[in-house]
Amino acid sequence: MATDIIIHDQKDNVGVVVIEKITPKQDCNCWIMENDSSVKIQSVDEIPLGHKIAMNDLNEGDTILKYGHDIGKVVKAIKKGEHVHVHNVKTKKW
Amino acid sequence: MEIPKSFLGYKRENGRAGTRNHVIILPVDDISNACAEAVANNIKGTIALPHSYGRLQFGADLELHFRTMIGTGSNPNVAAVIVIGIEPKWTKKIVDGIAKTGKPVEGFHIERTGDIGTVMKASKKAQEYVMWASEKQREECPISDLWISVKCGESDTTSGLAANPTVGNLMDKLEPLGVHLCFGETSELTGAEKVCATRGATKEASDKFMKTWSAYNDFILKEATDDLSESQPTAGNIAGGLTTIEEKAFGNFQKIGNCKFVDVLEPAEEPKKGKGLYFMDTSSAAAECVTLQAAAGFNIHLFPTGQGNIVGNPIEPVIKLTANPLTVKGMGEHIDCDVSKILSREMNMSQAGDKLIETTLKVANGRLTCAEALGHREFVMTKLYRSA
Repeated sequence: MATDIIIHDQKDNVGVVVIEKITPKQDCNCWIMENDSSVKIQSVDEIPLGHKIAMNDLNEGDTILKYGHDIGKVVKAIKKGEHVHVHNVKTKKW
Repeated sequence: MEIPKSFLGYKRENGRAGTRNHVIILPVDDISNACAEAVANNIKGTIALPHSYGRLQFGADLELHFRTMIGTGSNPNVAAVIVIGIEPKWTKKIVDGIAKTGKPVEGFHIERTGDIGTVMKASKKAQEYVMWASEKQREECPISDLWISVKCGESDTTSGLAANPTVGNLMDKLEPLGVHLCFGETSELTGAEKVCATRGATKEASDKFMKTWSAYNDFILKEATDDLSESQPTAGNIAGGLTTIEEKAFGNFQKIGNCKFVDVLEPAEEPKKGKGLYFMDTSSAAAECVTLQAAAGFNIHLFPTGQGNIVGNPIEPVIKLTANPLTVKGMGEHIDCDVSKILSREMNMSQAGDKLIETTLKVANGRLTCAEALGHREFVMTKLYRSA
């Protein structure tokens, strides 16, 4: 079974697209590296290689977890399966 | 995979070993570049290292200039050195610094002689050096003679997922064999700084790291005029899917595997605490960082990239690896080691680490890197502040 999305850590609320792109309403296979387990998710947006998908619904002010660590805050609510990037997440530094 | 215990290198007078056998023409200052380049053009097999600075610098900035110059000439990848400066005093200081290694080095200054007379005198010496150096043979050297520096660039999420952990896997496998290792990029650890600090081998090393990172961060906050998102992450990073500096930092940090750093180095400072991993306080700009690591004595460099940074260095071979299949497809002439099969899970991290070790040893034994074949010789001095 091909892997479409890789998630670093079980705690993470985002995954990374590892195929050229995923299309809206695509049923994607996700692999969680930390514990070698699999989950499924249906995409909402088209998301290109290397970009992130939300694994849960996220509210403004929530923390994005990747590598099991805090990588920034949600500045615009995100639905499960949507594209997560600079339009809805910002750094907590600088 | 059984890791080879040795490589074929050039043994130097001070006991170090080189992966290359360069004769370099080193200008002390910007206005001596023309002379240095003329000598390198006259004498085949030598290389000039032009740069932009070396006049009216003072204090810590001047000390860094000298440390970078002397360190570059002292690197074991360099067999012999011609130093050319406008004035005798600073020229001699650099010659004397390099001479401590025992390698052939001679200085020339341009004042009172002019470019043409200096080019003639320096060319005669350079010819003697390059012909002498060309007789040197590669000999078997223990793998512990490898001093490996690392720096990533044009990173994207594939860097943190695969290319950087591949370097980490190599570090985990080679560190027990007694190699020296070095990572830097102070500003690009922002967001992961507290986690990075826990990787100090001693409390002293951890404290020194936090002090170094805080000083750099204070400087950035002081100079920042606007949102740093114009610079960090870069436009290339963002195109590749990296959203914040924190995300970039945790990806960056994967390069050191499970190793702990034994000490924190000043820019271009030679490690003095024996084998193991060192952190160096550097800019995160690729050419500046690699130039500082080469000046500290590192003789082979690993450079994971996502979107495709193309940097090279005149004296330290820079090995590129990527896990991004689009980068391999679009600009494969820059990639020495393709680990993109990690993303499709046709390759695991340990296999990728082994592949990188094989590539590293081939290059250590003399195989040209892509950057060398393409003529990348970025030699970029770090300047700390304005000159007097």
